[in-house]
Amino acid sequence: MSKVLVVAEHDGAALHPGVARVVSCGLGIQPGGLDVAVMGQDCAAIARQAAGIAGVSRVLCLDRAENARPLAAAQAPQLAALAQQGYSHLLGPSTTFGKDLMPRAAALLGVPQVSDIMSVEGERRFKRPVYAGNAVLTVEAPAERIVVATARLASWQAAPEGGEGAVENVVLDVELPDHTKWLELKMPETERPDLQSASVVVSGGRALGSADNFSLLYDLADHLGAAVGASRAAVDAGYVSNEMQVGQTGKIIAPELYFAIGISGAIQHLTGIKDAGVIVAINKDPEAPIFEIADIGLVGDLFSIVPELKAALEDS
Amino acid sequence: MRKILVTLKRVVDYNVRVRVKPDGSGMAVEGLKMSINPFDEIALEEALRMRERGDAGEVVAVTIGGDESQQQLRTGLAMGADRALLAKCEGELQPLTVAGILLEVARREEPDIVIMGKQAIDDDCNQAGQMLAALWGRPQATFASEVQLDGGSARVTREVDAGLESIEVQLPAVITTDLRLNEPRYIKLPDIMKARRKPLEILSVDELGLAAAPSLQPLGYEPPEQRQKGVLVEDVAALVGRLRERGLVN
Ligand SMILES: Cc1cc2nc3c(=O)[nH]c(=O)nc-3n(C[C@H](O)[C@H](O)[C@H](O)COP(=O)(O)OP(=O)(O)OC[C@H]3O[C@@H](n4cnc5c(N)ncnc54)[C@H](O)[C@@H]3O)c2cc1C
Repeated sequence: MSKVLVVAEHDGAALHPGVARVVSCGLGIQPGGLDVAVMGQDCAAIARQAAGIAGVSRVLCLDRAENARPLAAAQAPQLAALAQQGYSHLLGPSTTFGKDLMPRAAALLGVPQVSDIMSVEGERRFKRPVYAGNAVLTVEAPAERIVVATARLASWQAAPEGGEGAVENVVLDVELPDHTKWLELKMPETERPDLQSASVVVSGGRALGSADNFSLLYDLADHLGAAVGASRAAVDAGYVSNEMQVGQTGKIIAPELYFAIGISGAIQHLTGIKDAGVIVAINKDPEAPIFEIADIGLVGDLFSIVPELKAALEDS
Repeated sequence: MRKILVTLKRVVDYNVRVRVKPDGSGMAVEGLKMSINPFDEIALEEALRMRERGDAGEVVAVTIGGDESQQQLRTGLAMGADRALLAKCEGELQPLTVAGILLEVARREEPDIVIMGKQAIDDDCNQAGQMLAALWGRPQATFASEVQLDGGSARVTREVDAGLESIEVQLPAVITTDLRLNEPRYIKLPDIMKARRKPLEILSVDELGLAAAPSLQPLGYEPPEQRQKGVLVEDVAALVGRLRERGLVN
């Protein structure tokens, strides 16, 4: 019977909404049990949050000063040690946290990693995207070895609340390296919803032309209660900050409604939105590739369309 | 002076659309334009800038693959690497195997910094750098958008989901690059000529005597589910109408 260990991402105050999605992926393996590991400092409240996810049997709380910040160099050895306590699968999220940590843990365990699980086809058999989403590859992890993997969050629905898992404190006798020091995290201040969990996202591309012009999109987004995203070109040009990038190397998202405004629709961008419910494209070029995948397209100049759209949405 | 090892992977050029072979056994890559993985190009550019600033002495480019990968090493030499190393082996390579081979290379070369792309745009794994750091027992600074060297340590700004995180790592360390670390230079013709005379060493992976790393078995490739092409609407009113019909906006 397989037994899954899910690594919980959190920011020191609250559980990341992706954890419930990774739990879903883990439950897809139909395990005999699914535990969640919370590594942090004073993380009892976060552990209780994790215990509330349906399907979670136990939450293991690794509370120690070195876990105050998520450093892969310090967390991977703990995870590897914990995973060897009878687990068949070790799962994390395909976020920058999981992408940083999980391969380090996999290498310590001497096993390959399955990145970005889209679907579970068997206990050790998974589908994952390759070539910027141009193909889906089915892989089988080696028998008799622990499976280490990350779950592509946009492919999984969050497991519901209502779990009653037990929380246990775990003390591991693992020596941690001190060659890596956490210095700071700069987060742009925003009141808008989180890009990865928002149900509506308004994204802008190179066509916006400046950081100032992005205020057009902020206005529309605020009216819709939406998060704001961007193409790589818009981030590279400095119109918006890096954590807003959507795509192969940015965030992979699955909102119910996605607006691509002044975005051409390069494959690297599309791979980040292909699980969106409805895609709306606004572009002045009728030949733009974004129209090939958009559910609703409107050809025209964004600088007149966006204000008009906001006005039209206002009178209802 | 610091020595920097940069890894270059030969991949299908990012501008080329790759398709699944009709029998699902792999990707149809025969005859397609091949290039250096874009993230690796950024890695090499960063190393060259370190050398040009006087922060590093030697820049060594390494690739693992067949003879055809010499092409990418020559391109790396033309960009400015001092010498190149081909760890020769055939067949598909997975990140854990790559990390094991790179560990041997790191033991031989004893670099102060290994700079790698954060992911290769073919398998999109995003693993090899982290795995090398683990096997080597050294720090990792992934998804770097800025690197500052100071004596025996590096301060690295990382692109993370929440924003920009800074960490300090002691050298030797592995750094993986994000897109905004720098913009790689263009190669000039005379550099291509010069690159022909630079040393390119070939190392047989078989002779390294590595135990085979466990690997994932590929069972088949398929094209992704395609989204259906939707409708074009005439104007904003029609757009809003459609959105309201579906209950997506008020
Ligand atoms: C390794 C690698 C990774 C990458 N990762 C990502 C990624 O994660 N995310 C990503 O987005 N990109 C990524 N890219 C870049 C990608 O290939 C494209 O270059 C990028 O997405 C283009 O951004 P854009 O659509 O904003 O710009 P452009 O392609 O320049 O498109 C601008 C669009 O705006 C339209 N337009 C112009 N003016 C107006 C107007 N007034 N009104 C309406 N429309 C207008 C134009 O018709 C055009 O279609 C990556 C590239 C590489 C090589």
